[in-house]
Amino acid sequence: MKLSILVNEGPYQHQSADTAIQFTKAALERGHEIFRVFFYHDGVNNGTRFAVPPQDDRNITEQWTALAKEHDLDLVICIAAAQRRGILDENEAKRQGKDGHNMADGFRISGLGQLIEAGIQADRLVIFGD
Amino acid sequence: MAEPWEDDELEGPVRKFMYVNRRAPYGTIYALESLEVVLIAAAFEQDVTLVFMDDGVYQIKKEQNTEAIGVKNFSPTYRALEGYDVEKLYVEKESLESRGLTTEDLVVPVQVVNKDQLAELMEEQEVILSF
Repeated sequence: MKLSILVNEGPYQHQSADTAIQFTKAALERGHEIFRVFFYHDGVNNGTRFAVPPQDDRNITEQWTALAKEHDLDLVICIAAAQRRGILDENEAKRQGKDGHNMADGFRISGLGQLIEAGIQADRLVIFGD
Repeated sequence: MAEPWEDDELEGPVRKFMYVNRRAPYGTIYALESLEVVLIAAAFEQDVTLVFMDDGVYQIKKEQNTEAIGVKNFSPTYRALEGYDVEKLYVEKESLESRGLTTEDLVVPVQVVNKDQLAELMEEQEVILSF
């Protein structure tokens, strides 16, 4: 089955950030295709490489980066939600005149249209959040 | 919406999208960001249905005044939905009544359905986004 994933909550704050990546891993292991993972609301915070969780804790962003590399996943961060919350890639940082960028490897920033496309193209859109 | 990161319209099938608004307009950002999804989605010419239930019915309540909490009152934007061809707006009867509201209290024309009718509507959808 072709699946799209929507992650609506931030890492460490909310279980759904963990469940989203665990579900995505499990779906890939079962041979399903992941069309796209879209990060919205506080879910965009899953994409910052500046988070430093304690060493004995999991690092959700690094897990996504590794999974994206292994399976060539399309991890898309919503630009409108990201700008509100200070998640920037290099181009956006330049465009907005900010002195740094924090988007992790394997993620890209794009518009909400990518979420709608994910809903159109996949057999199922699976949503993680409240 | 001429920003460079916005997507062009896509080729593809028309699907039945339902947006379910369940939360109060202020207090969390879900209602505002849900509305942003609906407005962008309108460009994709899908079959769109909006539902307001639970505290979500407050999103379209008339005479919102947010001055004291220092956030923008975005309720007038719901009146623009018609211009985006988003015309199927449903409100759950039980949610409306339990909050002492009637359709007279709302900023947009809606169809009132009970929870069983709403369940049937949901059954017909292909993509449901709940905020």
